[in-house]
Amino acid sequence: MSEPLLSVTDLEVRFKSRRGTIHAVNGISFDLRAGETLGIVGESGCGKSVTSLAMLGILPRQAYPADGSVMFGGRDLLRLKDQEMREVRGKDIAMIFQDPMTSLNPILTIGRQLTESLRRHLKMDKETAREEAVSLLDRVGISDAGDRLRSYPHQFSGGMRQRVMIAMAISCRPKILIADEPTTALDVTIQAQILELLKRLVSEEQMALILITHDLGVVAGVCDRTNVMYAGGFVETGATESLFATPRHPYTAGLLDSVPRLDASGKQRLVPIPGTVKTLMEKPTSCAFAPRCMYAVDESRREVPPLREIAPGHHVACFNPVPESDLPQGAITEAR
Amino acid sequence: MSLPLVEVTDLKVYFPIRSGLVVERHVGDVKAVDGVSLTIFKGETLGLVGESGCGKTTVGRTILRLYEPTSGRIVIDGKDITDLPERELRPLRDKMQMVFQDPYSSLNPRQNVGSIVAEPLLIHGMERKEVDAKVRHLIEVVGLPHDAANRYPHEFSGGQRQRIGLARSLALNPALIVADEPVSALDVSIQAQMINLLEDLQDEFDLTYLFVAHDLAVVRHISDRIAVMYLGKIMEIAPSQELYTAPSHPYTKALLSAVPIPDPKVERSRERIILKGDLPSPVNPPPGCRFHTRCPYVQETRCRTEVPELRAMKQGQVVACHFAEEIADGKITPRSEMVGLAP
Ligand SMILES: Nc1ncnc2c1ncn2[C@@H]1O[C@H](COP(=O)(O)OP(=O)(O)O)[C@@H](O)[C@H]1O
Ligand SMILES: Nc1ncnc2c1ncn2[C@@H]1O[C@H](COP(=O)(O)OP(=O)(O)O)[C@@H](O)[C@H]1O
Ligand SMILES: [Mg+2]
Ligand SMILES: [Mg+2]
Repeated sequence: MSEPLLSVTDLEVRFKSRRGTIHAVNGISFDLRAGETLGIVGESGCGKSVTSLAMLGILPRQAYPADGSVMFGGRDLLRLKDQEMREVRGKDIAMIFQDPMTSLNPILTIGRQLTESLRRHLKMDKETAREEAVSLLDRVGISDAGDRLRSYPHQFSGGMRQRVMIAMAISCRPKILIADEPTTALDVTIQAQILELLKRLVSEEQMALILITHDLGVVAGVCDRTNVMYAGGFVETGATESLFATPRHPYTAGLLDSVPRLDASGKQRLVPIPGTVKTLMEKPTSCAFAPRCMYAVDESRREVPPLREIAPGHHVACFNPVPESDLPQGAITEAR
Repeated sequence: MSLPLVEVTDLKVYFPIRSGLVVERHVGDVKAVDGVSLTIFKGETLGLVGESGCGKTTVGRTILRLYEPTSGRIVIDGKDITDLPERELRPLRDKMQMVFQDPYSSLNPRQNVGSIVAEPLLIHGMERKEVDAKVRHLIEVVGLPHDAANRYPHEFSGGQRQRIGLARSLALNPALIVADEPVSALDVSIQAQMINLLEDLQDEFDLTYLFVAHDLAVVRHISDRIAVMYLGKIMEIAPSQELYTAPSHPYTKALLSAVPIPDPKVERSRERIILKGDLPSPVNPPPGCRFHTRCPYVQETRCRTEVPELRAMKQGQVVACHFAEEIADGKITPRSEMVGLAP
C-alpha cells in the first residue's frame, strides 16, 4: 500500500478549565491516504472538532499544546513554527466549518476574499486571480460568477455561503480538505447539493477529504473509511461498508440501533443507548463506554482497550466485541 | 377512524413587514402560512415536515392561538377557537400544550424542578399535598431521577431538560401536545430515549401529537400520518408508510431522496433527486405552484399560473400537484438535468 499522506500518532489534547483539566482527545492515531475520504463520526463533545483544530495548529487559547505527532510531507505539523504552519494551512490542508461566517469576512466582497488568498499563496497577479476566482465559483456551482464576485457574504443564503467557503478552501489546490459538520446547519435538499459537490471535487481535484459529522447517514453516503469516536478516542475504524454491515464495537452497534431509519420496514421500537457520556475530567483508565455497555467485562473497567484489528482493515477498541451472532442476520451473510 | 381533535381550514398567518424611519409603513407580508388545511385525529401523531422557514412552527403556534391567525378557521374538539377571546381560551389552553426544541429558554433558571412542574397545578388551585404526589409521579413517568425535584434546570443535560419541560406540560392532563422539534437538538443516543418516551406517554396519557420536525426519518418513525409543507403550503398528507413507499408530490420525492440513510449499500444504489437552487422568499412566493421553480417535473404554463388545490389521490392521501397521476403512472418523467444518480 502507498505511503500515507497524513499520519496522526497518539494525538492528545487537554484543556485548562476552572474545574480542572479536560481530557478532550486521548491519544488517537490514524492514517489518511491521498485521494481518500475519511469520516470521523461521533456525538457532540466527543472531540471531533478539537482533533481537526489540533492537526492544523489552531486550538483555542485554553488548550495545552497538543501531544503526539501529525506527520505530513516529512514534517511533524505539531512542531512547525507559526509562519510555516500558516503556509501549510493556506495551501496544503484547507478546512471548512459548519458556519461559513466564522471564516468569511463580512465587510469584504466575496471576490476580494477569494483573490487575496490566490494572490498571497499562488502569487497570481490581479487579473489572473480574478479569472481564477470566477472559475472557482463556477466549479462550486455558483451561477453568474462574474457578478457574484461583487457580493458580500450576507447577500448569500446559507448553502451559497458554504459553496463560497468551499471555493476558497480549494482555491490553492490543497491535498487535504477537512470539513467539520459542513452541512449540519443546512436543510436536507441543500445538504444533498453540498455533499454532491464535495464528492465531485474530491475526485476532480484528487483531494483527500476528512469529513467530520455526527450524522451516520452522511458518512455512509460519502466516506470510503470511517472512524467512530467516543469520549476522545476512536472506538472503531474500518472501511465504511464493513463497519456499517458488521459493527463490532458496542457503541457503534448501539448508535446504529438508536437512529430512526427512513427506509425502516414497519414500525420498530428504537433501542437507545442507556445513560449519558461521562465527563472528560480525568484521563481515562478504563473503557469510557463501559458504564453504558451491556458487553462490558471486568477488563473493560480496569484498562483502556487498544484498537485491535479484528478483520482486515477493521479495528475495534473493545475487550469483548459484539459477537457476530448478535448482529442483524442479514448484515452478517451479506458481509461475507 | 377516530374523531378529529383539531381541524384547521384554509389557515393564513401573515407577518407584516414595516419599514420607514419616521412613519412606519406596511410594505409587505411574510406569508408564513398561506392556506393550510389539516385534521388531527384523536390519539394519532400527525407529523409536520418541511425545510426551515416553510411555516411549521407558525402552524403549531397558531393552532394553540399563541399567534393570531390572519384568516381561516381553527376548531378544537368541535369548538371554533379562531376568534375566541383570551378569557374563554384559558381553560382550553390547559388541554393544549407545547413542547419546544430548547426547553431551557422556557424554564425559569431560579425555580427548582419541583416547583416548575408544580406551578400549573397550583395555579389551578390543587391542594399542596395532592400537588406533591402528582409532581413526584410526573417526575417518575418522564424518567427523571427521584431527587430531581430539588435541583435546578442548569444541573441537567439537554435531554433531561426536555423531560422537565415534558413533565410540566403533562401536569394538567392535556389532550393535545404540539411538539416543535423536540428532539432536534439532541444527540442520537439521547434522541432515541426521548422518542421512546414520547411514544410511551402517548399510550399512557391518551395524547394526540402534532409532531413538528425537519428530520424526515424521525418524523416517519413517530408519526401515523405526515403532512409535508413547502413555503407556507401543504404539498401532501399521507399515512407515514405510504408517504415513504409511494410519495405523490414531487417535493415529497425530492425531500425523501435527500435524506441520508445510515447504510452505505443503500446510499450507493439510491437514485437521488438533487434540487437546484434555494428556497424562494415567503414574501414573494412564486405564482402558481410554489414549488414550480425547483420542480423536476414542472410542466408548461399550468404549474406557473394555477395554484394546485389539495385533492384526494388514494385512500387517506391528499396532494397539491396538477400532475400527480401522470407522474405516478410514469407519463411525466423528471428532467434529466435535475436528477443526479448518487455515484
Ligand atoms: N475552548 C474550550 N475550552 C475547554 N474545553 C473545550 C474547549 N473546546 C472544546 N472543549 C472540550 O473538548 C471536548 C471536545 O470538543 P469538540 O471537539 O468541540 O467536540 P465535537 O465532537 O462536538 O466537535 C468537549 O467535550 C469540550 O469539553
Ligand atoms: N414572529 C415573526 N415575525 C416575522 N416573521 C416571522 C415570525 N415568525 C416566523 N416568521 C417567518 O415566517 C416564516 C415561517 O417561519 P416558521 O414558522 O418559523 O418556519 P419553520 O418552523 O418551518 O422553520 C419564515 O420566513 C420566518 O422568517
Ligand atoms: Mg464539533
Ligand atoms: Mg420551526
